[in-house]
Amino acid sequence: MAAPKELGWKELAEGDVLKAGTAVEFHTGDWRSQRPVKDDKTCINCMFCYIYCPDSAIKLKDGKVESIDLDFCKGCGICHNVCPVKPVKSISMVSER
Amino acid sequence: MPQIVAKTGNEAMAEAMRQINPDVVAAYPITPATEIVMIFSQFVADGLVDTVYVPVESEHSAMSATLAASAAGARAMTGTSSQGLALMYELLPIVSALRLPIVMPEVNRALSGPINIHNDHSDTFAARDFGWLHIFSENSQEAYDNMLQAIRIAEHPKVKLPAMVTTDGFIISHCLEKIEMLDDATVKEYVGKFPAYTNLLDLKNPVTVGALDLQNYYFEHKMQVAEAMKAAKDIIVEVGKDFGRKFGREYGLFEKYKMDDAEIAIVCLGSTAGSAKAVIDEYRAKGIKIGLLKIRIYRPFPVEEIAAALEPMKAVAVVEKCDGFAAKGGPLFDEIRSALYDKKKKPLTVNYITGLGGREVTHKHIMEIFDELKAVADTGVIKELIQYKGVR
Repeated sequence: MAAPKELGWKELAEGDVLKAGTAVEFHTGDWRSQRPVKDDKTCINCMFCYIYCPDSAIKLKDGKVESIDLDFCKGCGICHNVCPVKPVKSISMVSER
Repeated sequence: MPQIVAKTGNEAMAEAMRQINPDVVAAYPITPATEIVMIFSQFVADGLVDTVYVPVESEHSAMSATLAASAAGARAMTGTSSQGLALMYELLPIVSALRLPIVMPEVNRALSGPINIHNDHSDTFAARDFGWLHIFSENSQEAYDNMLQAIRIAEHPKVKLPAMVTTDGFIISHCLEKIEMLDDATVKEYVGKFPAYTNLLDLKNPVTVGALDLQNYYFEHKMQVAEAMKAAKDIIVEVGKDFGRKFGREYGLFEKYKMDDAEIAIVCLGSTAGSAKAVIDEYRAKGIKIGLLKIRIYRPFPVEEIAAALEPMKAVAVVEKCDGFAAKGGPLFDEIRSALYDKKKKPLTVNYITGLGGREVTHKHIMEIFDELKAVADTGVIKELIQYKGVR
């Protein structure tokens, strides 16, 4: 695929003010060093992870936690940290290596 | 109807802000600019303006909130001085890069240290490379007029750059002078409605402001600022002429005082120009042909126009209230000399650094400068290129 044409200063938006949603095509999940893995069997759907995720990477369906969007999850571990399930948390962090 | 009133520089600027009636003002007090936002906060409390006033905890926050309000489509203003401006430095180039036309009164005060609250130009000169327009005022009248014109210039579609309008701390900011103020309705019509080029609150057309801009795009966006700064020069001239037509006081990029047949001239900014004019009048009465070029617009720097105005001189003294510690004279001296470099006939050019930390620049100092400059012109010899006038 040919690289997209890079616009010149006369063509670019002034002040770099862009149409919202620039991150949709920019997959910041590439930076992750640890990945959250959810155990569907123990998850109680408390939604703590959904509320606390700073990147809106926790995806819901029919009022339940369905998946984690790894295109945008940066692996910060907040979901793991706030998961209240005991004795083993439903979300664990595993190394990307 | 315009009214003749007695106002200090700070009062004149606060009154200009009241008449501009910005949507948001976020400010933090600092001597000698405190009064501007203090008086303005009273206007807010008295219901004389429609402004949302945000009393923030620092100048960094003041500029951050003003920036954000401007990006949200508001006509937003703040005011500061010296250390306060220094605390804003991080935000200043962001405001210009985002093309937010914030207008800010700035009262020139020496940068610490040692700590000092009096006038020199080290604070805004240090902020010269941040993509802001710099407009200097000689007195309260100019401070008032410049505030109104700055709105028209900064918000012009070809400019869209922030502007700081400065006065000399205490010398202008706290001295009571006679000024002519326009009536509220006239100013309302003159400044018009804020164009809101960027509107974060427009939910139908959501935008991203402040996106990451790396090797492949940053350069182009800085190019836009560079081009806007170039375009601003013509707009400043246009707005200054229009102001003259409408209200009887015309402004240009700089003021030439008795320059037409002058053989030697001094270049200075702010209140020093007032003293220089008095000295020039005295010398002119004795038949000595001297003149003054008073810098009004420091950014964009009107290089061709200044060079053309100074080229016919035999000798020029650049008198400035900032050192710059480059071991080669002050920042304005650098720029004036550079402006003259391409001219065939170059005047002999010397630099006087004066008035640091509020040290008074007296008529006697200016007379000495003219006398020394005349000797330079007569002999063709510069004995001392850079001098400190008034230091012990």
